[in-house]
Amino acid sequence: MNNIGIVTSREYLTRVKKKSFILMTLLTPLLIASFYGIIIWVNIGQSESVEQQNIVLVDPSGVFSERIVSPDNIRFIPQKSYSIEDLIYADSIDAVITVDQNYTIDKPLTLNYKSMGSLSVNSNASIKDAFGNVIRDQKLSTMGIEQGAIDSLRSSVEISQVKVDENGDTKTSNAMINSGVGMILSMMIYFFIFLYGVQVMKGVLEEKTNRIVELIVSTVKPFQLMMGKVIGIALVGLTQLTIWIVLSGILMAIIGVIVGINFMDINELKNAAQNPDLSGMKLEDLELLTALQSLPFAKLFLSFLFYFLGGYLFYGALFAAIGSAVDNETDTQQFMLPITMPLVFSIAISFSLISGDPHGTLATWMSMIPLTSPIVMMVRMPFEPDLWQVLLSMTILVFSIIGVTYMAGKIYRTGILMYGKKPTYKELAKWLFYKN
Amino acid sequence: MEIIQVKEVSKFYANHTALNNVSFDVPKGKIFGLLGPNGAGKTSLIRIINQITAPDQGEILFNGQPLTKEHIKQIGYLPEERGLYKKMSVYDQLMYFARLRGMTRTDANQRIHNWLEKFEATTWKKKKIEELSKGMQQKIQFIVTVMHNPDFIILDEPFTGFDPKNTQLIKDEILNLKANGASIMLSTHRMENVEAICDNVVLLNKAKVVTQGSVMDVRNSLKDNTFSLTYSGQLDPTQIAHIEVKNLEQRQTDATLLFSYTGKPDIQLFNDPRINITEYREVIPSMQDVFLTLTDNSSDE
Repeated sequence: MNNIGIVTSREYLTRVKKKSFILMTLLTPLLIASFYGIIIWVNIGQSESVEQQNIVLVDPSGVFSERIVSPDNIRFIPQKSYSIEDLIYADSIDAVITVDQNYTIDKPLTLNYKSMGSLSVNSNASIKDAFGNVIRDQKLSTMGIEQGAIDSLRSSVEISQVKVDENGDTKTSNAMINSGVGMILSMMIYFFIFLYGVQVMKGVLEEKTNRIVELIVSTVKPFQLMMGKVIGIALVGLTQLTIWIVLSGILMAIIGVIVGINFMDINELKNAAQNPDLSGMKLEDLELLTALQSLPFAKLFLSFLFYFLGGYLFYGALFAAIGSAVDNETDTQQFMLPITMPLVFSIAISFSLISGDPHGTLATWMSMIPLTSPIVMMVRMPFEPDLWQVLLSMTILVFSIIGVTYMAGKIYRTGILMYGKKPTYKELAKWLFYKN
Repeated sequence: MEIIQVKEVSKFYANHTALNNVSFDVPKGKIFGLLGPNGAGKTSLIRIINQITAPDQGEILFNGQPLTKEHIKQIGYLPEERGLYKKMSVYDQLMYFARLRGMTRTDANQRIHNWLEKFEATTWKKKKIEELSKGMQQKIQFIVTVMHNPDFIILDEPFTGFDPKNTQLIKDEILNLKANGASIMLSTHRMENVEAICDNVVLLNKAKVVTQGSVMDVRNSLKDNTFSLTYSGQLDPTQIAHIEVKNLEQRQTDATLLFSYTGKPDIQLFNDPRINITEYREVIPSMQDVFLTLTDNSSDE
């Protein structure tokens, strides 16, 4: 095994064997899966648990009792009269609504709602709608409009997005799903760069302050030592990611079995929607899932892997350079700031500006600059930017990684053997041009 | 025969000179003291021998040949501070360094076991370095240094921070290595240790060689005509002609007089029936004195 290999395997094995790594790697998918499970459970549970409210309608004016249509969650029971005592002793009746005796449709309507519990927002809206509809229909029919015409006035508006590609093929697209997926993926890249980049820095710092470098740089070239570390830690990240994907898949399959549907199979989902057991699932939810299904998964996964690694390699080299330049962790802050600013900035605006206008000028430029491209391009990926843009961004990143690694190697080589004062940026620049 | 020959080596950094035309030889099979105050250039020199950096001028010969990467495997280095991964287990650590020095897994495994046994440390194999005491860590560091059977061993401050027991243990091990034929370069500020175990020394100050040679030669070279006389009885030293009194230490039963002769040394000057001489000797400066005198003088330049 050559030296980079020996260093890489040490960096990898010492980290993978750590208890904290094992815990985090195993617990995270469990957390995600249980979170996912809870959401499904709450959704389905809620739709089942919404009970019909029985509301007695006392309407001496006679305007509503004949015409009112009970909404899904409420059953109106017209009665001539209903006392408060009746309400208290009747278990099956939830509330009493009384309409003023002198009410005509020309007057504003005030409903008298008596119940032992409070009025929920949902019921409130349903009651208002139900009464409002009766009043409107009444008014329209006094104007001489027929019932059929009235019915046809009711309209529902929903936007169903379809994305057209160059070949004229269409697919369902959903802006919310796109930005959601983009955000999750870019957040993962962001955390990976930070968590593992800082690990590179700390590792370099440890070797420097413990004088381990002095023991080994005679046998291992500084560049090999740096690359071994960067690669070893990258493998740790990939291991973690792989375990996460596999475990999440298994756990989601288990949840799917428990709930009774396969979330990965769209046809099954469509069938499930017709399934009366799952009638709680709204059509909108199904459309979200359809949009999710129509995302270009292979493309997304490959670009994620690329930017996940590329972003880390780019920043990892920079973090290694920082670790080598200073003597202790407090001094790293000064140099970390300019490096982490672009990262923090891109994640901060990706919620709003990037996913708000994924093909705009700002988004395009930021997805080219290697400091921001791993995050910004990932936010854009679900919106499917032009292929040439993706390829250009990737090419720029690859060349930047080579350049940054070369420069970081130079700083590293000088930095790891320098002790004492904290270097200035000017000195760091000088180190770039030192010969061996 | 010399294991290391330093020939007119200079090393310059941006704003200071670390080594200025330094030449000396490290004899084979001996313990060699590399001495000097902080910043004298010792670390720079050790780094050049370890091939961490290259000299700007001059060269280093290893067994008569110019130093190359091939020689690294014949050199063992114990750094001043603990050069170990704190969170790594003793065994993994030793294996890692062994592999980097080109040993095979089986070979390294064998040697690690031998050394751990020798230091009665087999039970620590799985322990992390940070769980060990300073003395234990020092032993592990020592194993890292000598595990690959190097011909030439550089020990930078091997005694720092250790109790007398551990100091003795390391001293014994150093003498042991010498007995087994290794050449040792010892860099330390503890002059009593230099006197105790070093055969030869070189003293650096401000990037230059101030003095070098065998310990005895170096000490003798700084003799300043001071004598010590211990006696009992009544004596007024100021009354004795041809001597200059430097110090008189009067004790309950006897006294010690430090003095120098103004003329030729002659013990007959003290031929006095009232006193009884118990010790008379010429004072040879200790390494401590040599160090202080020589490094102090040059700082006045």
